[in-house]
Amino acid sequence: MNGKKAVMAVSGFALFGFVNVHMLGNLQVFLGREAFNRYAELLRAEPALLWAARIVLLTMVILHIWASWKLMVLNKLRARPVGYVMKRSIVSSYASRTMYWSGPIVGAFVIYHLMQFTWGVGGTSHDPKDPYGNVVHGFQVIPIAIAYVVAMGLLMLHLYHGAWSMFQTLGVNHPRYTPLLKRFAQVVSIGLFLGFSSIPASVMAGLIQ
Amino acid sequence: MKLILHIWRQKNPSAPGKMMRYPMDNLSHEMSVLEMLDVLNEQLIVKGERPVTFEHDCREGICGSCGFMINGVAHGPMPATTVCQLTLRHFKDGEEVYLEPWRAHAFPILKDLMVNRSALDRIIAAGGYISVPTGSAPDGNTIPVGKGDADRSMDAAACIGCGACVAACPNASAALFTGAKIAHLGLLPQGQPERNKRALKMVAQVTRELFGSCSNIGECEAVCPKEIRLEAIARMNRDFLAGSWTER
Repeated sequence: MNGKKAVMAVSGFALFGFVNVHMLGNLQVFLGREAFNRYAELLRAEPALLWAARIVLLTMVILHIWASWKLMVLNKLRARPVGYVMKRSIVSSYASRTMYWSGPIVGAFVIYHLMQFTWGVGGTSHDPKDPYGNVVHGFQVIPIAIAYVVAMGLLMLHLYHGAWSMFQTLGVNHPRYTPLLKRFAQVVSIGLFLGFSSIPASVMAGLIQ
Repeated sequence: MKLILHIWRQKNPSAPGKMMRYPMDNLSHEMSVLEMLDVLNEQLIVKGERPVTFEHDCREGICGSCGFMINGVAHGPMPATTVCQLTLRHFKDGEEVYLEPWRAHAFPILKDLMVNRSALDRIIAAGGYISVPTGSAPDGNTIPVGKGDADRSMDAAACIGCGACVAACPNASAALFTGAKIAHLGLLPQGQPERNKRALKMVAQVTRELFGSCSNIGECEAVCPKEIRLEAIARMNRDFLAGSWTER
C-alpha cells in the first residue's frame, strides 16, 4: 500500500516534469511557423533519444495507472464497504477529493491528443511536415479547442493537489517548507493551465493563423 | 433547548441498521453530547425500549473511548474536541443532529454507535513498542533527549487512538494513527534500533486490516481531537521507504 503510493509519487513526479517541459516547448508556437516546426523537427531528430523518452514516459504512465487502480479498488471498494448516511468534508480541497476523476479524464484526453497530433487520426487535417499548421487547423474546430481547455483545467486540478502531495508521500514534510510546496503546486498548476490553454485560445481568437 | 436526533440503530454486527429519529426537549446547553445520550437512554429505558449503545470512559477527552460522527464530521463541529467534551451550546436550538458510528471495513459495527477498534490494537502489537530489558526503572536523564525531539514526540504521543482519523478519511486510512505511533517512538533515542523495521511491520499490519491508503487530503488532521499533524504521516512514509532498503 505504501509502496504503491511511492510508485504514484515517483511516476507522478516524472509526468509532472514532462508536462512542464512540454508546455515550454509548445509555447514556441507563438514564435511563428518556422520556429515551431524547427522545434518539432528537433524533437524527432534522433530516433533513439525520442524512443528512449517515449518508453520512459509510457512506463511512468502505466505505473501511475496501475498503482492508482490498485489503490482505488482498496480505497473505494474495500476499505469502507458501507458508506455514511451523512458525511461532510471540512478542510480538504476539491482538487484533492477528485483525483480519481481528473486523472482518468486527463488520461483519455492524452489518448485523443496523440491521435490528433502524433498519429494524425483525430479528425482534423494532418500534415506530418507542418505541425504548426496542424495546431492551427486542429484548434480552429471550436469544440476541440474547448475540450482542450477543459482538459487543461482538469490537469490543473490534478496537479494542484498532486504536485505537493507527491512530496508528502515520499516523506517530505516540514512546517516551514510544506506550505511553500503547496504554494508551488498552486502556482505551477495554474501556470500550466494558462500556458497550455493560451494556445487553443489564441487560435480561436485568431492570434495564431 | 431542543434537538432532533437521528441516531444509527443496529442490534448486532450482522443485523441491518437504520437511522431513527428522537426528538429531545428540555436539554441544557451545558450538557455534553454523551450526557444528552444518557438522558435519552433514561427515557428509552422507562419506555421499555433498547437504549443507545455508545462507548465512553473518562469523559474528559483523554482516553479515546468515545467518538462517533456528528452531522457528518468525526467528533462533531468543534476542533480538537472529543464528543464527551463537546457541549450542546455549539448546536442551534431545534437543530437536526445526525449521529453515526465510524464506518470502515476494519471497524465493524458492534451495536448502534459502538465499533470494534481492535484493528488499531493489532497495528500497535505489530511494532508500536520498543524492545528493552525490563527491570527496575533507570535513572532519569540517563539518555539525553533534545527538547525539540521530546516535544515533537510528546505531540505525537498525544494520540488517544479514538479512530476519528479513519472515520473522517474518504479512504478509511489509518495513516494518521499509525504515523503518530511511529513518530512518537521514532523521535526518541530508545526508538532508534527498531525504527525502520517498526514502520515496515506496522504498515504491513495496516494493509492486512484493509485500511485504505493516504491521499494527503488532510481531513484526518482537521478532526483529530489531539491535533496530530500530517507531518507524522510523512515520517511514517520516510521510515517505511528507508526500511524498504535497509531491512532484510
